[in-house]
Amino acid sequence: MLKRVFDPDAPEAAVRVADAEFPAPFRSGLEYGAPARGPWNIVHVGMLIPESHQIYVCAQGCLRGVVLTAAEMGAQERFSTVAIRENNVLEGDMEDLIVEGVTDVLHKLPKLPPAVLVFTSCIHHFMGCDLELCYRELRLRFPGVAFTDCYMNPIMRKSGLTPDQLMRRQMYSLLEPRDMSEKSVSILGNCFPTDETSELMQMLRAGGLTVRDITWCRTYQDYLAMAESATGITMLPPSRAGGDALAERLGMKQLYLPVCWGYEENASNLDLLAETLSLPRGDDSASIERAETALRKAKTLIGGTPIAVDYTATPRPLGLARLLLEHGFNVVSVYADGFTDEEKADFDWLQKNAPDLMLRATVEVRCRVLPRETAEKTLAIGQKAAYFTGTRNFVNVVEGGGAWGFDAAVRLARELVDAHLHEKDPRTQIQPKGLGCGYCV
Amino acid sequence: MKQTASIISTYTADVSGVCSVLYELGGMTVIHDASGCNSTYNTHDEPRWYDMDSLVFISALSEMEAVMGDDEKLVSDIAEAARETQPRFIAVAGTPIPMLVGTDFAAIAALCEERTGLPCFGFATNGTHSYVSGASMAFDAFASRFVREGEKSETPAVNLLGATPLDFSVNGSVESMKKFLTDGGFAVCSCWAMGSTLEEIENTAQATVNLVVSASGLAAAKTLQERFGTPYVVGVPVGGRFSETLLQALRQAERTGESGVAYAGGADVSSAETVLIGEAVQSASLAAAIEAETGKRARVLCPVEAPDELLRHGDVRATDEDELVPLLKNAKTVIADPLYQPICPKNASFIPLPHEAFSGRIYRRDIPDITKSTKFILGEMKK
Repeated sequence: MLKRVFDPDAPEAAVRVADAEFPAPFRSGLEYGAPARGPWNIVHVGMLIPESHQIYVCAQGCLRGVVLTAAEMGAQERFSTVAIRENNVLEGDMEDLIVEGVTDVLHKLPKLPPAVLVFTSCIHHFMGCDLELCYRELRLRFPGVAFTDCYMNPIMRKSGLTPDQLMRRQMYSLLEPRDMSEKSVSILGNCFPTDETSELMQMLRAGGLTVRDITWCRTYQDYLAMAESATGITMLPPSRAGGDALAERLGMKQLYLPVCWGYEENASNLDLLAETLSLPRGDDSASIERAETALRKAKTLIGGTPIAVDYTATPRPLGLARLLLEHGFNVVSVYADGFTDEEKADFDWLQKNAPDLMLRATVEVRCRVLPRETAEKTLAIGQKAAYFTGTRNFVNVVEGGGAWGFDAAVRLARELVDAHLHEKDPRTQIQPKGLGCGYCV
Repeated sequence: MKQTASIISTYTADVSGVCSVLYELGGMTVIHDASGCNSTYNTHDEPRWYDMDSLVFISALSEMEAVMGDDEKLVSDIAEAARETQPRFIAVAGTPIPMLVGTDFAAIAALCEERTGLPCFGFATNGTHSYVSGASMAFDAFASRFVREGEKSETPAVNLLGATPLDFSVNGSVESMKKFLTDGGFAVCSCWAMGSTLEEIENTAQATVNLVVSASGLAAAKTLQERFGTPYVVGVPVGGRFSETLLQALRQAERTGESGVAYAGGADVSSAETVLIGEAVQSASLAAAIEAETGKRARVLCPVEAPDELLRHGDVRATDEDELVPLLKNAKTVIADPLYQPICPKNASFIPLPHEAFSGRIYRRDIPDITKSTKFILGEMKK
């Protein structure tokens, strides 16, 4: 068994923010995978389309992870596979394999699903497989089924749209043009329902708008009705491509209102929402006061307890660190391997105002052997921060968990207090895949 | 149609088999892959991941590196990681895209060895075969390269070959097999590769006989026989009577120098009403135990690689749903991983036997210690 003897602050895996480069503070090399598995993968996201069936056409090694993702969420009946073997690569019969394999699977199902998500893989991309031909043939064979092309091609994660972006785009590709209503909005690309207490939802509800969100859809018809919204709202960086695609294809105008932590940016988001949808724009002072009160109360309890944040908890880990530092919390580490452009302003602020804040890698090889413990009680926000610090006091959240706006700070403060007061077992809490997705092991 | 699975799971792939074998030996294993194989391995194939550190990484291969054939990036990243983490050896294993672009793993290993001075292995796995294939390659590579010449023990001594959590989970099965052997008068030199150090593995040649406990261990057993003349016996100790047969086979092999399969021989099982689905050695051993204890014959359907010598007369290899369904049609009892149940006849009695290599962690807590805790299966079969 390996001994953990490495310096946790060794430059390969940790750097002061003052000394860090943006957006990639660490060199790229071999990568480690920590057993913090809460973020949703393409199977979880695809399952959000009610009544749909997923079929993966991949090599056995690639099928294994997705098959068991489905099995662990008790969704085997909505999931099938077609295995690529060596002979398919050598004989170049990949199109046949897709068409005949998908046909065979569909014939075996007790009834035809309204929608089928066919996932192809890196192999198809590299072999130049004629996917259009495959889908054309499948649509001819099954005219009552809506097919969409989905991708499990991680080799593209550093070029073009990432698999996560592609998935959050393709999950809306089955929407068809419908009469649109200005009084309806669709929230796009989220895995979690947006908190009803958020200013965004409050403003939409107060304005009498119908709000649609895939996380609330129970039938395929519910899903199709999302196309009736004249406006789409995206909140997460990987969801934007999906919004753009709907704007182009259906003419659904798009608002990008990111999950963020700064008060000014949140106010700008609400300005944009009000202006676009002609909604009354109230005063933010009450919302800000709620956030301030909650953060003050949390700070009183938590005091100088060190806090670590990670990138799986929120799309803006630097923004979150900044908010907490501005309110007197002792944020000591941010676990992230890179940042989106949206984080640049917060990065600059932290370099100037919190130069000793440590940025810590999560995939660098040393992460495997660094000590996973801290000398004093530490609060973690996010599963990776919990894992790497070894703390039992952590906020178990991924992708923001549906929080938005000033209200997100209120919720976070409440969750920080809870994490400070109540220990959790990281071993059982962070290992299930797809937090909140119905893990049934 | 072959190759489709409308509802059942799929077995762990070859690349995870390599990782599983090498996990405890202090080396560094690099999966040459973009992403995904690492999380599949550490989530579903590796129960030791959370509690026992091991240097298993992915190369994070990118589209451009694959298109341009940039092996230098891989080699230099490996050398850099080795400098940081100081492994005992390095192994590089392939996945579908390296297969597609024709990556030469032997050459990669040679370059890494030159750069780091460490023993390096290249495994041309490609993600289209089962874990048995990859594990077999890894065990055999160690048998070929790492085992030192040494004096044979003067008293009965045995190595277990082919033990990984993919077949035995981490539930005391390996410890029970070791205890069975020591109780039977054999010192256990090493267990490939759970609970033994690299040094113990290197001293494998001391053993007077090898016990092959899964198909993954067979190639290594043959290599060790060729290199050191050590005979082997194939079988897993299950049930009182078959375990005794296994002990006798070990003693005989030690005495005669001839290798054998402890459950071989016997009548054709192709018409048996009980069907077992699983890895060849474990399943056939259990089938032999069932027959010894109850007089009922059981047929093995083996969905992963198994050479003919590991199957009995009437056992069959069947990989796909469409191959399995007709073979299950007349079964009155099916013993298999619970994820097979949806394709089993509704009127057959189903005895769950979870297998880590098929259902991963889903039923992990119900995987029995195969040597000590299969009474419930034998009890069910006696009814």
